[in-house]
Amino acid sequence: MHYSQEIIILTIIGMMAVTYIPRLLPIALLSKKQFPEVITQWLAYVPAAILSALLAPSLFIKDGEFSLSFDNMYLWAAIPVFFVAIKTKSFFGTILTGMIVIAAWRYLLAM
Amino acid sequence: MPSEVIENTPQTSCYAKNRTRSEIMDGFKQAIPIIVGFIPVGFTFGVLATKNGLPGHLTVLMSFLVLAGSSQFIAISLFAASMSPITIIVTTFIVNLRHFLMSAAIAPHLSKMPMLRKLMFSFQLIDETFAIHMANIDRNNFGEAQAITLNCIAHFCWTAGTAIGVCGSHLIADIKPLGFDYALPAMFVVLLIWQIKSNMHAMVAAISACTAVGLYLAGAQQLCVILASIFGATAGVVLCTIRKK
Repeated sequence: MHYSQEIIILTIIGMMAVTYIPRLLPIALLSKKQFPEVITQWLAYVPAAILSALLAPSLFIKDGEFSLSFDNMYLWAAIPVFFVAIKTKSFFGTILTGMIVIAAWRYLLAM
Repeated sequence: MPSEVIENTPQTSCYAKNRTRSEIMDGFKQAIPIIVGFIPVGFTFGVLATKNGLPGHLTVLMSFLVLAGSSQFIAISLFAASMSPITIIVTTFIVNLRHFLMSAAIAPHLSKMPMLRKLMFSFQLIDETFAIHMANIDRNNFGEAQAITLNCIAHFCWTAGTAIGVCGSHLIADIKPLGFDYALPAMFVVLLIWQIKSNMHAMVAAISACTAVGLYLAGAQQLCVILASIFGATAGVVLCTIRKK
């Protein structure tokens, strides 16, 4: 790595600024505003949309490629996890199920 | 009149104190999957950054100041590829632009928060805490003390995990102890299920998921989350309007 200490620090500060500003602006400027109905409705869909956009690539893509194969542990382990989440709605129950399924899978593979 | 008197008795302030305490406990409890998920990932980040030659104290500084996992991993790979600082900063901006949507979605619920606290709250607004805050807001279980506790634990775990990784980078190469790496995906599953409040929400999630995977495969890895979320939420509004007509 050929960067000087100063350059690295400045890069980190730049990274902080471009990360912080989008996080800050709506909260700082919009929280007292009344939005029109259509925007409120749109914003109500945002959490579900973001969560599934974050989750889907981590389940369906393995090593940069779309994968439905049984090597793709993350995808198949998600089936019992979704099942538990839908049936119980339990926060910790769901997380524990996921960790146990993945751990058991690795244990069986290693046998 | 009597009610005013009651409000000023010590019992009420005691009640308020208990409330704050139970909110903090609640924040701790909800932070458990974040603790379990962040320390190993922070550790991995610390190891990777150190192996790529980034000085240890600056690696920890990056985790403390930027607090955005995926963009930090990308930044390390760009540092390693000798990219210019401008490229690194612009890439970080694109990867982290999704927080703008989260901030907009949570903003209407923070109208009572003082500005100074908003400055800190938004500094610590990340995917995981956003998801938990929104779930709490839906269940009328959102409190400032609880939110700040959760945010600070997440911030601390990410930074501490990085520091441990920097110090222990010579110890370990592969980190997948038990199923810890699956704590966060599983947490997103249950928080997503909580968000599915109607058939239209399920539709939005499905559209957003397909779009995200499609965009990712098409090479838009860095923009796929924000574009897919905008597309999914917009599709939801459009479909809802069509259905009403």
